[in-house]
Amino acid sequence: MTRRTVARALVHLSLVLATLVVLLPLTVIFLTSLKSSKEMANGSGALALPDDPLNLDNYVTAFRDGQMLSAFGNTAVILVVAVGGTILIGSMTAYAIDRFRFRLRKLVVALFLLAALVPGVTTQVATFQIVNSFGMFDSLWAPIALYMGTDIVSIYIFLQFIRSIPVSLDEAARLDGAGAFTVYRKVILPLLKPAIATVVIVKGINVYNDFYIPFLYMPSEDLGVISTSLFRFKGPFGAHWETISAGAVLVILPTLIVFLFLQRFIYNGFTRGATK
Amino acid sequence: MTDTTRRAARPVPPAAPAGPKRAPAPRGARLSRRLTPWLFLIAPLALLLTFTYAPIANMVAYSFTDWDGVSPELNYTGTENYTELLTRSELFEVFLVSGYYLVASVVQIVLALYFATVLSFDVRFRSFFKGVLFFPYLINGVAIGFVFLYFFQDGGTLDSVLSLLGVESDHAWLGTPFSANTSLAGVSVWRYLGLNFVLFLGAIQSIPGELYEAAEIDGAGRWHQFRHIIAPGIKPVLGLSVVLSVSGSLSVFEIPYVMTGGATGTETFVIQTVKLAFQFNKTGLASAAAVVLLLIVLAVTWVQRRIVPDEKVDLV
Repeated sequence: MTRRTVARALVHLSLVLATLVVLLPLTVIFLTSLKSSKEMANGSGALALPDDPLNLDNYVTAFRDGQMLSAFGNTAVILVVAVGGTILIGSMTAYAIDRFRFRLRKLVVALFLLAALVPGVTTQVATFQIVNSFGMFDSLWAPIALYMGTDIVSIYIFLQFIRSIPVSLDEAARLDGAGAFTVYRKVILPLLKPAIATVVIVKGINVYNDFYIPFLYMPSEDLGVISTSLFRFKGPFGAHWETISAGAVLVILPTLIVFLFLQRFIYNGFTRGATK
Repeated sequence: MTDTTRRAARPVPPAAPAGPKRAPAPRGARLSRRLTPWLFLIAPLALLLTFTYAPIANMVAYSFTDWDGVSPELNYTGTENYTELLTRSELFEVFLVSGYYLVASVVQIVLALYFATVLSFDVRFRSFFKGVLFFPYLINGVAIGFVFLYFFQDGGTLDSVLSLLGVESDHAWLGTPFSANTSLAGVSVWRYLGLNFVLFLGAIQSIPGELYEAAEIDGAGRWHQFRHIIAPGIKPVLGLSVVLSVSGSLSVFEIPYVMTGGATGTETFVIQTVKLAFQFNKTGLASAAAVVLLLIVLAVTWVQRRIVPDEKVDLV
C-alpha cells in the first residue's frame, strides 16, 4: 500500500464515521417512534428494532393529543404571510435603495446595515413591551410582524440581485410611460425570481424551525406552532419516549422531504444568504 | 421608438446612477419624483424602527430603572443594575457556560474546514456525504433537543452504543455541570457544523481550478495546496464564521432550554435573561444584561471587521 492509498482510506473512514455520528441519533429516534409503550417498559434497548415496524400508534397519539394538526396549520399561516411579506418588503427596500438617489439615502442604508449586527435574542426584553402595546401579544401577528420587520439578509440578497438587472430596462419601461411602481411590479419583480427562491428557502427554514419568538409571544395552547407544540410534549408525555420520538419525527420529516427535493437550491440559498 | 431600443441595447454599467435624465420637470412632478423612493421605504422603515431601533432605545432606558415590566411605577436607579450584574457572581457565571460553546465552536470550525477541503476534491459518494453533514442544520431545534435528550439518557443511544463496543458506562451524562455542558456543546457542534461546512465549501469552490493544477505541476502536496491556495481564498468566510461563533456562543438558548431547562449549571445568558424578564419580572435587570450582551457582540464584530476587512459588505 502506498502512502496515498492509506491517506484515501483514512479520509473515507472519517467520512463514514461522521455519517454514523449524524445518522445514528436520528435513526434511533425513528426506531423508538415505532415501538409500543409495552416494549419500552420491558426495557427495549435503544438500538433494538421495533417488534412491529408498521406500528403507527404513537404517531396517532402525537397527532391527536399533541395537537400537531393545529400546530402545522398555525406554522403554515405564519410561514406564508411572513415569507410573502419578507419578499415584498425586501424587494421594495432594495429597489428604492438601488434605483433612486435621494437625500438621506446613505442614512437609510446605514440603518439597515447596522440593524444586521444586532442579534435578535438580545433585544426581546424590550421588543416584548412594544409588541404588547400593539395588542399583538398572544396572536399570530406577533411572530409575523417580527419575522417581516427584521430581515436584513433578504434585503441584502435582493440588493445584490437588483444590481445585476440593467438599468436600461427600467428606462425603456419609463419611456413607455410606466411609473416607478409599474417598473417595480412589471420589470423588477419578475426578474427577481431566482432571488425570491433563495429568500423563500432561507426564510422558510428559519420560520419553520424558530422556537424563541413563538415561545415568548404565543403562550396560548391553541396557538402552538410546530416547535412550541413539540416542546409541550415534555409535560403530558413525560417519559413516554415513544410518543415524543413520534412527535420529533413528524417535525423532522417535512424538512427531510424538502431537503431531498431541493438540495441544490438549498445549498446555494445558504451560501448566498449567510455570507452577507 | 427606435431611439428607445438603441438605448436599451447599450450595456449600462449597473453602478451607474439610476433614473433617466430628463429635461427639468414642472414643480409638481419633481416633488412626486422626490417622494417616490419614500413610498417604497415607508413600510420597511416603519418595521425597522418599531421592531429594532425602538426596542434598543427602550432597552437602554429600562436598564437604568427598577421596572418590573408590568406596573406603571418605575424608578430611576442609575447604574445599580449594572453593578448588580457585575458583582453578583451567580449572574456572571453564565458567561463561563459560554466558554464551553466557544471551545466547541473552535472544534466545529476545524472539523468543517477539514470536511469542506476533503469534499471539494473528488471523493466517492460526495453529494451523499455533503447532504448528511449539512442536514442537521435544517432540523428543528426542539426536535434536536429531544433526539439528544434520548441520546444521553441512562440506557439511551450513547450508553447502548458504548456497551456494544464493550465499554460499560453508568455515567449520567447530563448529571454534573462539566459533563452536561460538554454534552450540550457537543450537540451544538452536531447541529451547526453543516452551516460552516457549506459556507467553506462554497468559498473553496469559487477558487479557480487552474490554481490547483498549477500547484500540482509545481509538485505541491495537498497540505501546501491547502495552506497557500485554500486558506487565503476563504479568509473572509472564516472571519464571518468566527463572529457567528462568538455571538452564537453568547446567545445559546434552544438546546439547553429544551434539554435541561438550565439545570445542573447549564444556564446560559439568554436563558437567564428570559427568566429574569418573564418569570421574575425584573425587566430592568434583564435589560441591563441584554445591553451588556449586545455591547460584547458589537465589539466582537467590530474587531473582526478590523482584522479581516470584508470587501463583500458594500450595501451602498
